Amino acid sequence: MIEESRMAPVSNVSLERRAWNIRRKALLMGEVQGQGYIGQALGIADVLAASYFHAMDYRPADPEWEGRDRFLLSIGHYAIALYAVLMEAGILPEEELETYGMDDSRMPMSGMASYTPGMEITGGSLGHGLGIAVGMAMGLKRKNNNAFVYNLMSDGELGEGSTWEAAMSASHHKLGNLICLVDFNDQQADGKSTEMLSAEPVVPKFEAFGWHAQRVNGNDLAAVVAAFDAARAVTDDRPRVIVFDTTMCKGVPFLEQRDITHFVRVEADEWSKALNVLEEGKPA
Amino acid sequence: MTHDSHARRYEQRKVTPKENRVATSAMIASLAAEGYDTEPAPFGHALVELAKTREDIVGLSADLAKYTDLHIFANAYPDRFYQMGMAEQVLVSAAAGLAREGFTPFATTYAVFASRRAYDFIAMAIAEENLPVKIVCALPGLTTGYGPSHQATEDLAIFRGLPNMTIVDPCDAVDIRQMVPVLADHKGPVYSRLLRGKVPSVLTRYKPDYQFQLGRAQLIREGKDVLMVTSGFMTMRALDAAERLSKDGVDVAVLHNPTIKPLDRATILAEAGRGGRLVVTAENHTIVGGLGEAVATTLLTNGVTPTFRMIGLPDEFLEAGALPTLHDMYGISVDGIVRQIKGWI
Repeated sequence: MIEESRMAPVSNVSLERRAWNIRRKALLMGEVQGQGYIGQALGIADVLAASYFHAMDYRPADPEWEGRDRFLLSIGHYAIALYAVLMEAGILPEEELETYGMDDSRMPMSGMASYTPGMEITGGSLGHGLGIAVGMAMGLKRKNNNAFVYNLMSDGELGEGSTWEAAMSASHHKLGNLICLVDFNDQQADGKSTEMLSAEPVVPKFEAFGWHAQRVNGNDLAAVVAAFDAARAVTDDRPRVIVFDTTMCKGVPFLEQRDITHFVRVEADEWSKALNVLEEGKPA
Repeated sequence: MTHDSHARRYEQRKVTPKENRVATSAMIASLAAEGYDTEPAPFGHALVELAKTREDIVGLSADLAKYTDLHIFANAYPDRFYQMGMAEQVLVSAAAGLAREGFTPFATTYAVFASRRAYDFIAMAIAEENLPVKIVCALPGLTTGYGPSHQATEDLAIFRGLPNMTIVDPCDAVDIRQMVPVLADHKGPVYSRLLRGKVPSVLTRYKPDYQFQLGRAQLIREGKDVLMVTSGFMTMRALDAAERLSKDGVDVAVLHNPTIKPLDRATILAEAGRGGRLVVTAENHTIVGGLGEAVATTLLTNGVTPTFRMIGLPDEFLEAGALPTLHDMYGISVDGIVRQIKGWI
């Protein structure tokens, strides 16, 4: 069992259980709408658990607290996963879960800053988050604010030229307070990312751009936590990136084995089946 | 060779190097306006002045600080200036990030690069979140003879469609100097066109108490025959044209409208509604989607229907050449304005 960091609000809930709770909440939201980017949410749950319950500093009751670590969701379609972790963290009330994607909800299908407490930016037009993160990291340095800026992006976004403008800019401006998280699930709209426009080898690319770069299994919590610790512990002023190899639909084996696509189709009766399967693997 | 061959036209005109003496205007050139005093780099100096009392002001440029007069600010406040390199997407995205952290960024490049290359980032990272980023761009419309790569003939049309965006097309050094603190005080995003280098001072000559007001059109000159509604340097051209036309007994009023969006509908309707005058818009921009169409929509939807004409650039990729030649060719020179108005009255 991995203990939570003292940085985050103290509790005795394990990270494994946090990740499980995130998966469960995402499935419940998917069930509400009968759809959602559930494959991505299940895949990234471990990284989000480590972000919000190990690495980051924030105050649930005050999502705009000046000292908070900033978490940017460049991939707007992962909103279902972020809502799950924001609820788990006590930033969003859990009662709102059933409003996901509905008219007048604070939780639209794609993440937008103006709708949701704790949603720092409007994502969705891909390749935007890292550039905004560059500006926020510059701004924090101007203010002598020691917070980190985390930008969660997808492997598909590595195809956007703007990502590499931002990557070059981050090292040029010595933004050691910027940590980029890349979800490498090798899946984008038309198929496997590596078959659409391969960004491989990713780590040497970032290193060539002046970054401290790591690549770990994003569904191995111990490895994820160690990568966060290593990224935060870098003593020079290089920006840091962690590439997480993740498995779409992780935690629900019958979905993992399905012919995975960008938008995983789940039949009406399968949501409860998925929740039951998840229940069997419930950690302490 | 393309379908609309410039090379073919060259053959037809039989241009020889000897005849073709007027040089293509380089991008560092200042806009010439005969008979007016000039001010050096009004934008840069005004921003330095503002920054003395506003610590939230920061500057960014994409390798064009020297060509947008932002180098004045960069020299005065090197620690508040970010050289972003030739990377317009991260220029505006980083400006959005700085605004999120409480700063008021002035980001500069050329108008073509902001409007064409960085548009998605301006739309989503800045405008959708209504962040106070001020995008200030040199070479608006036809202010270089370098060719379409640097001629931002459709920038106003592009940004007019963008919600939350305030759009400013200043006339001269007076407008530019005075607008800088006003734009900084405005809570949302701004796209402003910029004249740089030695910029003519025009407005206070005609209206000594002129003061730039965001969202307000102001009558600079009265006239009973024609009402010109103008923005940008076309206001100075219109004022010069009005002088010339008065000698021929044509009395031209000039309503300077530096804020393209939100448009000062009340003033435009009131002036255009004072019957009997030909109403002519004049803009340094394609006739598609700029000031002219904005005024036309305002008039028509409010039942104000004077005889109405538009002066502006054609819906074409424009030629390369010397700026005075091109301004005359496309009808936005003083001569061009006089010629067109005479043809309409």
